Amino acid sequence: MSSDNRVPLGPVALIGAIVLILIAGFAWAAGWIGGQRISGGDITAALDYNGGSHPGYRRAHAKGLCFAGTFAANGAGAQLSLASAFRSGSYPVIGRFSVGGGNPLATDGRNVFHSMALILTTPDGQQWRMAMDHTPIFPVADVASFVALQRATKPDPKTGKPDPAVMKPFLSAHPEVEAFQDYTARAVLPNSFANATYYSINAFRFSTGDAASLVRWQFDPETPLAGLNKAHLDQLPRDYLFREMIARTAKAPSRWHLQLVVANPGDVTDRATMAWAGPHRMVDAGTLTVTSVSPEETGACRDLNFDPTILPRGIGISDDPLLAARSKTYSSSFTRRAREGAGPSAAGQDMAKERGQ
Amino acid sequence: MTNPPLDFHPALRVVHWLMAVMVLAMLFIGVGMVSTTGPLYPVLLALHRPVGIAILVLVLIRLPLRLATGAPPLPDDLSPLEKRIAKGSHGLLYLAMIGVPLIGWAMLSAGGYPVQVTKALILPPIMPHDLTLYAFLREAHTIIALLFFALILAHISAALMHGLIRRDGVFRSMTTGHRRAAPAIEPEPVIETEDVDAGEASASIPPPPEPSDLR
Repeated sequence: MSSDNRVPLGPVALIGAIVLILIAGFAWAAGWIGGQRISGGDITAALDYNGGSHPGYRRAHAKGLCFAGTFAANGAGAQLSLASAFRSGSYPVIGRFSVGGGNPLATDGRNVFHSMALILTTPDGQQWRMAMDHTPIFPVADVASFVALQRATKPDPKTGKPDPAVMKPFLSAHPEVEAFQDYTARAVLPNSFANATYYSINAFRFSTGDAASLVRWQFDPETPLAGLNKAHLDQLPRDYLFREMIARTAKAPSRWHLQLVVANPGDVTDRATMAWAGPHRMVDAGTLTVTSVSPEETGACRDLNFDPTILPRGIGISDDPLLAARSKTYSSSFTRRAREGAGPSAAGQDMAKERGQ
Repeated sequence: MTNPPLDFHPALRVVHWLMAVMVLAMLFIGVGMVSTTGPLYPVLLALHRPVGIAILVLVLIRLPLRLATGAPPLPDDLSPLEKRIAKGSHGLLYLAMIGVPLIGWAMLSAGGYPVQVTKALILPPIMPHDLTLYAFLREAHTIIALLFFALILAHISAALMHGLIRRDGVFRSMTTGHRRAAPAIEPEPVIETEDVDAGEASASIPPPPEPSDLR
């Protein structure tokens, strides 16, 4: 029996070593020790640094409006993917229009992303979540550059513009940003959520089971494009785009065509900074109809995470590192605002004001 | 047989070691995936859900098996407090094995996420879509998982203490099991030429052990 009270050193040391190795391995896996790692919290912190702290809201695209509608698939998408969303039929969609930035009460008069996010659900329970912008490319290609971008473009409180002393070294270290700057300087800034083209930004892997292809997609509006006057953006009412979309949708629904754009052999598919030039095979997979909009207080979109990596069978992520980063960051932002509790939305405030009058 | 078993049921031992690997891997995958925005994040996430649900399924098979087949008694020289700690910690281990995956499932439900175990398998929600509830469950999932890891470290330490220091058979009861004592007390085979059942009898008697055969 164990009447011998002397503790054998060897076994005790062995047990201690095993436990220590497990703890060290765990700490390494968790990123508490070892090399540098960019966490979701690091990115939400960078976004907070850029746009100010707005607890209870999304860390990016904080200002939004919910919508509901349907996607009518024409069956053509099945050439590229076995996703049930491409089988002929009509599927419910809930979504959200938003403008870029972390301030939920920011003015619409800024040359920033106009965005559409949505969740397309098929009867088999599969979901396709998307988060798209009105630009076909993104300013940066990877996570570290995104953090640097947020730090460099923080608006100076005096001028409302990024500090040139910070911006210049950032731009020389990140020449890839130029393509995006050129695009936004040149491109029409849509004067409505309804007439913008919304792009998937990243490439995704489509699969029919037999064949795979890399695809970017875009929602092309049926409403003709018209632009805001970029020289006088500061004169635009704060919630111009939101009020316009609410008024427009009260009169008639808006429609878009889902165009699947198949990568050509030479296209860069793992960097969202690179546009796909020249002719491409395009597949019109169906029509999105937005039939109603509502502020986040009453709509279905606020308490959802439009994580673009939540994909149905037949669609997967590509090698673009931004997709993993978007997924993790959206999740971190979602968890933070869930903890903080939601605040009022700009559109909700407007509607309450109008009802009070 | 009125004597309690010396070992855990062999099926239980197999499930224990299978789950040991899965649970430890799961804890490492979990803390790893939440730490990074890198390309490993979706890879680990795609592992986390199916392994988590597999753990839940296995523990729901294991618990009734454990209740039906019982556990070998703890050594007599453990103090009543040590026995209570041993039993209580095993209860907590079972609770964590059931609780952590269930909370994960509930958390995704409350967050309005599809509970996508694999590309083809989507489980129904088990909680209403409610962000306050999501925030609570998300926090609980992490905290309980970290406590689970601490409990596993204590469990491993105690098991090795039994196996390496006390050598009281507790470790063996979940590994190789105790040797059947049969050959040592078996009577010497008596050759009775007139026994008509000799053929059958000799078949049931193991051959005399070789000196080197200490199996």
